Amino acid sequence: MQRRFVSIWFRQLLADWQLIRRPELKDLPFVFAAPDHGRMIITAVSPIASDFGVQAGMRAADAKAICPGLEVLDDKPGRPKNLLKGLGEWCVRYSPIVAIDEFGMDGLMLDVSGCTHLWGGERGYLKEIVSRLKSKGYSVRLAIADTPGAAWAVSHYGTVTPLIPTGGQVDALLNLAPDALRLGEPALAKLRKLGFYQVKSFIGMPRSVLRRRFGEDFLLRLAQAIGTENEVLIPLQVPVQFSERLACLEPIKTRNGIEIAIHKLLENLCNSMQAEGKGLRTGLLTCYRIDGKVVQVDIGTSGATHNISHLFKLFQLKIDQIRPALGIELFVMDVPKVDDVEVPQEEMWTSTPGLDDKSVTRLLDRVAGKVGFQVIHRYLPATKYWPERSVQKAASVTEKAVTTWRVSKPRPTELLKIPVPIEVMAIITDHPPKFFIYKGVRHMVAKADGPERIEREWWLDQGEHRDYYQVEDEEGGRYWLFRSGHYGGEQKYKWFIHGFFA
Amino acid sequence: MDAKKELFQKLQQDILLWQGFKPVSAGKAERIGLGEIENSFPGCVFPKKAIHEFVTVLPEQSAASDGFIAGLLAVLMENGAACVWASTSRRLFPSSLCLFNVAPERIIFMDVQTEKDVLWITEEALKCEGLAAVVAEVNNLSLIESRRLQLAVESSGVTGFILRKDGNKMASTVATARWRISPLPSHTEEGMPGLGFPRWQVELLKVRNGKPGSFILEWAGEKFEEVKKQTVWSEPEGRQIG
Repeated sequence: MQRRFVSIWFRQLLADWQLIRRPELKDLPFVFAAPDHGRMIITAVSPIASDFGVQAGMRAADAKAICPGLEVLDDKPGRPKNLLKGLGEWCVRYSPIVAIDEFGMDGLMLDVSGCTHLWGGERGYLKEIVSRLKSKGYSVRLAIADTPGAAWAVSHYGTVTPLIPTGGQVDALLNLAPDALRLGEPALAKLRKLGFYQVKSFIGMPRSVLRRRFGEDFLLRLAQAIGTENEVLIPLQVPVQFSERLACLEPIKTRNGIEIAIHKLLENLCNSMQAEGKGLRTGLLTCYRIDGKVVQVDIGTSGATHNISHLFKLFQLKIDQIRPALGIELFVMDVPKVDDVEVPQEEMWTSTPGLDDKSVTRLLDRVAGKVGFQVIHRYLPATKYWPERSVQKAASVTEKAVTTWRVSKPRPTELLKIPVPIEVMAIITDHPPKFFIYKGVRHMVAKADGPERIEREWWLDQGEHRDYYQVEDEEGGRYWLFRSGHYGGEQKYKWFIHGFFA
Repeated sequence: MDAKKELFQKLQQDILLWQGFKPVSAGKAERIGLGEIENSFPGCVFPKKAIHEFVTVLPEQSAASDGFIAGLLAVLMENGAACVWASTSRRLFPSSLCLFNVAPERIIFMDVQTEKDVLWITEEALKCEGLAAVVAEVNNLSLIESRRLQLAVESSGVTGFILRKDGNKMASTVATARWRISPLPSHTEEGMPGLGFPRWQVELLKVRNGKPGSFILEWAGEKFEEVKKQTVWSEPEGRQIG
């Protein structure tokens, strides 16, 4: 499909905006000025002031001399951008892709491919935008062409027609001034100096000559206007591929109503996702309340899915967070992240259960939705001997172990997070203790095994090695004790309890 | 009268079935490897569709219960299914499960802050048919909460293990079985140093429609082995060496 672009140029963006806000200024000349190097420099001029010969870039003091009774208003940096952003979001009604004109910062660019027929053709489309903006109080110039560059040029400098037919952008550009190509001031000055007052006087020149004189940027702008180079617009609102809206006749206030709304939205969404073989990874439900506030809840899944009942359960957990207040009038459900969904083969026999079982994945999604992903842990063996580091958390549910679990040495069923100091009585050096006192209870050691020396990883932390003993007391309790450090070393050795065996 | 008796038997059978006890079909008894203990349950089958409650007051008891449950999980998870372990203060060391033939990577641990979350997760997990078992560590469990868990189990068939830490407040629950596992001194060959196989006093405090009892059990490396009584090895008389 041939792509078409519209450029909207707001001729007096700031002045129009100020007049809408303060209609009493209608008959007064006024300008916007911002401080620059200790002077006030004019940044925007109202129509009446420009009749007096006031221009942007003049000093405010000079302008006051030319135009008596001139009102000088303070300008804030970034104000045009904010205004254009608001206008651009309003313009989304005409096209999903609306971008701010970054070059002049006084216009919008719309990618209108396939949109114009909804307003009865391109002429009707442009007329609609112009009249709507005019009724708001903005004076604009529009142009439509195959490339954003050509549309920009015609909207700013065109004199014949704003409708440039398909493939006609070169002809439309020929009679325009080189300023229409969105060039920097040095290149424009050079062009004027060489006597190139129209695009047609240099458009036929060899590229190598132009590049040597005016640089690569000049060629890029020219190519973008002609259409040999692609220009990418950065949309203000990235269109979401899957999105559903549900407007309500009566404001919704009850849990039941919200549930019905979610179910309806999910039905439509899941059907369209299923048709394209996609599945939801993250979902966002936006509720517009009648008091003007917006409430949002989001869900996430660990695997792409378009199962209505599962997604509904995930949203159900979040309904408590939606405060309807006086009522919700509009529900919008967006799917910012989708993934290809794997369609499992229909299985005749019961599927093999495991971690990637469907129902387990759904359980994990529900837990993650209610309590959070951080509570779900899975452990894999690590290639380390130090007990605290011998297991590592798995990053995902399906991550496979790279090594095998070590079973050659006994490990306690329950491991204390931090070893607890104990008092022992050990008669012979490097033998298990005779008894130990843990939490005020004296345990007489009946059987023992060990020691198993585990060295500390000196490149990770400092400290003593541990000599582990597996002991059993007279009642049958089995414990994992260790002595930290050598007997009679410089540092005092200490005994700890670190775990319980089954 | 015979007709009435038959009707009663039929109804009793039905009730047992609803409560999660599978009748033994001839030649196809599913054993879980507990030997004699399984005869304590109605129909002589370990109830898989049920809630099992373990009383653990001392840390030694909780370690022993962990070991015992791990031994059961080895059988329940044989088909490759996963297991959920929910707790607020978990001390289980994953790599020790290998000693009980359980693959630790197939256990999903959920370490939450509050008891309420543990119960919520337990109930949700018990409803999940893809799991083999759910283990939950809680401090106390009320009748209503246990009833909810039992209802979840009955529809899905996932085995539930509840580790209860408060021994004093023995509130009544609807759990099918209540166990207490305490460690016993292990047995080693005379004169051999070191520790033997882990040995436990397995007390079946309560079984619905079954016979409570007390047993001595050992995890003999690969499977449970019941210890009947202390075997005394006496020196054969009259035998001389050399």
